[in-house]
Amino acid sequence: MNTRLLSAPFARSEIQIQSIMLTVVLGLAPGTAWGILIFGWSALFIFLVTVLSALAFEAGCLILAEKRVLATLTDGSALLTGWLIALTLPPWAPWWIGVLGSFLGIVVGKQVFGGLGQNLFNPAMLARVALLVSFPLEMTAWVNPTPLFSSSAPGFLDAWAITFSGQLPADGATGATMLGWVKTEFSQGRLLGESLASGDYGFIKSFLGWTGGSLGETSALLFALGGGWLLKKQIITWHIPLAMLGTVALLASVLSLIDGERYPGPLFHLTSGALMLGAFFIATDYVTSPNSKPGQLIFGAGCGLIVYVIRTWGSYPEGVAFAVLLMNSLTPVIDHYVRPRIYGRDSKGRPLELPEGRE
Amino acid sequence: MAFFDIHALWTGNLVDKLDIQSLLNGNRQPKIRGGVHPEQRKEATADHPIDTGFPLPSMLYLALQQHVGKPAEPIVNVGDRVLKGQLLAVSQGMVSAPIHAPTSGIVADIMDYPSAHPSALPTPTLLLEPDGEERWIALPEKIDPFSLAPEEISIRVGAAGIVGLGGAAFPSAVKLNLGRRTKIQTLLINGGECEPYLTCDDRLMRERARVIVDGILIMLHGLECRRAMVGIEDNKPEAYSAMSAAAAELSDGKVEVVAVPSFYPMGWDKQLIGYLTDKEVPADGRATDVGVLMHNVGTAYAVQQAIRHGKPLISRIVTVSGGAVGTPRNIEAPIGTSLADLLAHCDYRPEDTVRYVMGGPMMGDALPHPNVPLVKGACGILALSQEEVSATDAKSCIRCSRCVTVCPVGLLPLEMMARIRAGQLESALKFGLKDCISCGSCSYVCPSEIPLVHYFKYANGELLTRDQANHKAEQTKRLAEEKLARIAKQKQEAAAAAAQRKAAGKKPKITEQAA
Repeated sequence: MNTRLLSAPFARSEIQIQSIMLTVVLGLAPGTAWGILIFGWSALFIFLVTVLSALAFEAGCLILAEKRVLATLTDGSALLTGWLIALTLPPWAPWWIGVLGSFLGIVVGKQVFGGLGQNLFNPAMLARVALLVSFPLEMTAWVNPTPLFSSSAPGFLDAWAITFSGQLPADGATGATMLGWVKTEFSQGRLLGESLASGDYGFIKSFLGWTGGSLGETSALLFALGGGWLLKKQIITWHIPLAMLGTVALLASVLSLIDGERYPGPLFHLTSGALMLGAFFIATDYVTSPNSKPGQLIFGAGCGLIVYVIRTWGSYPEGVAFAVLLMNSLTPVIDHYVRPRIYGRDSKGRPLELPEGRE
Repeated sequence: MAFFDIHALWTGNLVDKLDIQSLLNGNRQPKIRGGVHPEQRKEATADHPIDTGFPLPSMLYLALQQHVGKPAEPIVNVGDRVLKGQLLAVSQGMVSAPIHAPTSGIVADIMDYPSAHPSALPTPTLLLEPDGEERWIALPEKIDPFSLAPEEISIRVGAAGIVGLGGAAFPSAVKLNLGRRTKIQTLLINGGECEPYLTCDDRLMRERARVIVDGILIMLHGLECRRAMVGIEDNKPEAYSAMSAAAAELSDGKVEVVAVPSFYPMGWDKQLIGYLTDKEVPADGRATDVGVLMHNVGTAYAVQQAIRHGKPLISRIVTVSGGAVGTPRNIEAPIGTSLADLLAHCDYRPEDTVRYVMGGPMMGDALPHPNVPLVKGACGILALSQEEVSATDAKSCIRCSRCVTVCPVGLLPLEMMARIRAGQLESALKFGLKDCISCGSCSYVCPSEIPLVHYFKYANGELLTRDQANHKAEQTKRLAEEKLARIAKQKQEAAAAAAQRKAAGKKPKITEQAA
């Protein structure tokens, strides 16, 4: 006879934390694989360093907190956080950036709040912003695509040196991301068409992911496909991604119609930077987003608005991380004010009026 | 006329819920809130006819409290010989139900016996030893229910000991009276049966549809109401066609049979009311406040038997199923049968059973052992095997808000749980704790396997205890204050009397002083 909790329901759905986390990781896998492919061995090294150190920090915290180590470590949440942190890093970043990122994400971003489900901010975005502010040089050393096994790519040993000895190649393989390029060019008075041409911009290239940037900023297509798969698997709902992408697209359309030489159009925005990754995989983080669907629409729209504002008028070329963190801080407020209507009550929680003529 | 329900936006099922046909027709989409789709597991019993050949057990255990309200009071003595259908215990007070002899035999004892409750604590129970003769009391000649006065229907329903057979076990006569007093417009009949495993209503509708429709018409007569709607989940097409045919033949258009979507909890009365009539019951009101009343199909059947044939409620159809049951089926069994006898009849394997459940797996009660009697409200007996019962530890809430999406009431289970866990019960109340219907959808869907409903039941129980303690303390305080006031008044009166005497003369009477 089983002596566990004897309370209904006795039936349970199949879905578990572990399966959710692993599905999200699988959704990320194609885009990640593409990033590693075009940036070479170094990208693989920094990816592995970041993920493994995230798992190590998680284990360390669980041991210190005397929690169930193996059961929690295998729930996949630390793996996912580490994975997302790796996607925000420049592919040729030195190893300690990855380790420090994992420390910031797992220890500072998650475990000091009390572990899974307790953190206010998205751990991966917290790690990225902290690294970006602290180590701007290392965090913005973008390289142009040098696919694995191509002649321009560093070999295994060179790549090892890039990651673990901090030796960036001297032959000028680095460049800016397209968002950064457009912003710099504009500040020097060049018009959009000019800067896109000189930056060798191509919509298809950007959409497919043949572009400089962090691992997660390359292929909008693959991350959108991964996100679509998560929607299909009902791991996420459409509310946050649609609101976020829709807001960016709307603002970009309106402003590019007003001044097409100053403001890039919606397709440029949607396929650039980390917007797809952010909309499908980061803003949709359960823990740090609102719990009601209308709240999620507000949250997504807010993320989109901030991304657009930072990209267009801010001093950073990309704003997904800042946008998500700012909206994370508003999540408790949104949850406080936006609640579902309870059956038999009005939106303020008062019982509905009895119909006329009834006692 | 809104074309879509705003609630669909909450649940995220906008696309699923938009029905092109109804859009074209301009019909308003019926309200559906939340819900889950647990594995049905009804196929084990749905296609087998009701087993009416259950052998008479050697002893029947008739709990005196097997309905909502006050327990029944025995009017027979130990050793009395009683007939089938004879009144054994009378109802007490406004909300109660009498108990009748399920068969003829001898009253063996009136004692405390384990009850059909998660605690299985002993409660007063009448033991009837069948004599095997099944001799009925004198049954009346066949009655024409429609020649009876409407109020007579609820009186007879009450006298027959009928309670809600869908599981609630609320005395049906009380509801019928309320419905007649408030002049309801529509009688709703719940054929939803949304709990997994259970098929007793399904089988009853398939096999005895005409009797049910007759029962519905009798209830309509008693309610002085003209219209009834029967909601049947669309996963029971055979029941739907049987009921539709019977309604078309017998009801002269008064009874409408409607297929409703299959999901859990479609059988929640408020959900079905919303779907069938588009009405919403105010939080502090009853179904009758919006002009409807709901009864279960099993209840309609029992009403027909009681009114037309004079037979009290002495047996019911119960689903015996679960992974540890060899030959699962529906059995028509006498009330008071030991659940162990029912399970044994269906070749269950005690060694494979990890959980005994009375009712369905979503809202039923776990029983520590099956040696408890069948009660009127029990629609299912389940012996669940290891693989059917989830048994992993609860993990951290990841705020995935699936519980919010599936809650049919529109609550935020995760927020209430977090507050209850932190001991902030008052704060949980503000999130609508009292509105929870314990349907279990949130616990079912939780990927962290947090027993959310358990938290809510605990908190509601704890709040009740606190209220009672507060009430007691207030009463004590009031009594103490009254006593002090009384003493003060007496002193004052004595002083006034003394002053009066002093003024009147100088000789106080000793007897008065003693007072």
